[in-house]
Amino acid sequence: MGEVFTAAVLVAVVASAIRLAVPLLLASLGETFGQRSGVLNLGVDGIMLLGAFAGYYAVLKTGNVWLGLLAGAIVGLFLGLASSFIAVTLKAEQGISGIGVYLFGLGMSDLLFQKLVGTPIPINTFPKVDIPILSDIPYLGPMFFQHSTVVYLAFAAIPVSTFIINRTTFGMNIRAVGEYPEAADTLGVSVAGTRWAAETIGGTLAGIAGGVLAISLGIFQQNLTNGAGFIAIALVYFGAFTPLGIMWGALLFGAINALVLELKTLEIIPRDLSNLAAMAPAIITILALAVVARRIRAPAALTKPFTRGH
Amino acid sequence: MTLNLTDQQRRIVAYSIPVLAVFAALLFGAIMLLLLGANPIEGYSEMFIGAFGSGDALIATILRATPLLFVGTGIVIAFRANVINIGAEGQMVLGGLFTVMAALYLPSMPSLIMIPLVLLAGVIGGGLWGFIPGWLKAYLKVNEILSTIMLNIVAVQLMSYLLRGPLIDPQEIERGTRIPQSARLPESSDLPMLFGSDRLHIGWLLAVLCAVATYYLLWRTPFGFRLRAVGLNEHAARYAGIPVRRTITMALTLSGALAGLAGAVLVAGSESHRMFSDGSTLGFTGGAGFNGIVAALLGGLHPLWTIASSLLFGGLIVGGQALQRAVQVPSALIVALNGLVVVFVVAADRYRTMLLTTDGRDQQIIDEGSMHGGEDATALGSVYDPAPKGTHSYDNEDL
Repeated sequence: MGEVFTAAVLVAVVASAIRLAVPLLLASLGETFGQRSGVLNLGVDGIMLLGAFAGYYAVLKTGNVWLGLLAGAIVGLFLGLASSFIAVTLKAEQGISGIGVYLFGLGMSDLLFQKLVGTPIPINTFPKVDIPILSDIPYLGPMFFQHSTVVYLAFAAIPVSTFIINRTTFGMNIRAVGEYPEAADTLGVSVAGTRWAAETIGGTLAGIAGGVLAISLGIFQQNLTNGAGFIAIALVYFGAFTPLGIMWGALLFGAINALVLELKTLEIIPRDLSNLAAMAPAIITILALAVVARRIRAPAALTKPFTRGH
Repeated sequence: MTLNLTDQQRRIVAYSIPVLAVFAALLFGAIMLLLLGANPIEGYSEMFIGAFGSGDALIATILRATPLLFVGTGIVIAFRANVINIGAEGQMVLGGLFTVMAALYLPSMPSLIMIPLVLLAGVIGGGLWGFIPGWLKAYLKVNEILSTIMLNIVAVQLMSYLLRGPLIDPQEIERGTRIPQSARLPESSDLPMLFGSDRLHIGWLLAVLCAVATYYLLWRTPFGFRLRAVGLNEHAARYAGIPVRRTITMALTLSGALAGLAGAVLVAGSESHRMFSDGSTLGFTGGAGFNGIVAALLGGLHPLWTIASSLLFGGLIVGGQALQRAVQVPSALIVALNGLVVVFVVAADRYRTMLLTTDGRDQQIIDEGSMHGGEDATALGSVYDPAPKGTHSYDNEDL
């Protein structure tokens, strides 16, 4: 095992952990907005898949990765609006309707790919941006300061989200309608409006997350996310519904994925066992939930639709 | 929402709502077909003929409906206990894998013993995959939606690992093709056929029996009473001395066991008599783990109505495949359409519930058993009434 833990390998694993954490981080931050407002969106994975296809297709046609991100965001926005309509206005059981959105995204993204593209063609990926001076630091530079702009932006979104949730009127409304919608309603806060807004932010970020995933990989294929959207939902729980907690969770999963990938390339995990290694994120999620579940308090009104006068 | 309707009118409207939801989803699908350059009218008539238009079509529909009914019945049990089981996909996979292992590793036996044993193996596999999230929910407060989804992911990888490795057909290795599938199971484990048909096996009959037994369990036994009491009001149930944790664990275990049986029947009743993997649960289950939920909702969370709704939904899937072949669109369309049906039916379900509760009040579907709403309300009332002897368990586990 000696040659595995060389400095070069460590640097590579940390750097790739950070890169792999980004789609999870974005999707999970988005889901946090929704869940803090009382809406559980189980359709994240489906939204990510459609966002990923939109991003891939836009880059394929224009060559511009930023237009790709925009396409992912727009698709996410519309699916966020649709999810809000289903969960907030129609008051569907959120634990099930989200599975419908997931299946729709899974099928639709595959259908569009087969119809519009057919054979997988690689696309441009995000250019790497070395941060001056910092990127030259040995070891730390390649780990933290030689990423694409998207990576820096995603991590910048963490303090921004914390600020919005904790320090703005909009954030306070989100928390109010997620904890005690009756009281918020009495004070003149629009429960439905706030939930629509939070859920739509969630959808948009999920769409962007999908776009980032596809454009980072430079490819699209059927079920590209492989359940990442569901992991993102679980991350909200053991990040204790706070952006900072979610960041650590996303980094942990990024690290697990990076490590598994690295061990596979170094052929320490035989190919036969790669399926077992792929279980790791899901099993760790269950174990982590088992440890933290009793300590973490979810928003009181999570998954409970609001009707005035009850 | 208040409507001035008689009870009977209200019921008729209420029961037609989910059917209308299916139609609304199909209308959406028609737009998608138009965008794909296909003729929706032609497509949908192919769909109907493909599902119900001939004896063969009907058999295909019944075969599709079989896992839906098993899963749907299990979903009824879970939902009646206010437990959301999204894990039937994984539970089916585990059921299938346990059945394969039992059939391959048990010594050869006559069918009469072999078939019950391999089906039992499936029940155990699925039950185990239901017990884990049930126990985690009951004792460690782990959200069952998340844990069952994660267990679906684990099940897929386990299936791929086993069917590529330990359980792979030795002939696949000899030939070097390495298709991830098991060997053909011994003939003694093949499900017997009904009415001399060469495709229609006893699976459907078993599923109907399970649905009837579940009806009896839920509404005619003390356990069923406790389970529904827990589902309606956990706190009241605990106060009445019902062992809430054990009941929740049991509800998810039973739900998983029925899904496991669906997986067992899929393997033992398949035409190739083996299990194969395409690297996703959908390849094995055909989405029955998710669609069973829809069948259960369409059936008003009632096991007997779920018999009818699973046939309707089975027809929808078989017809969807016929449509896809006829108008030549990729099969991914079916998955997308399937998702739309789930969304529409779930979104519409609340309105049916509202119509069925006498005062038209808005309630959560799980909190208020749709069809048996009235009956349940009285049942809960009697939790405090010492009259129904034997329905109490003075177990202090949760007090």
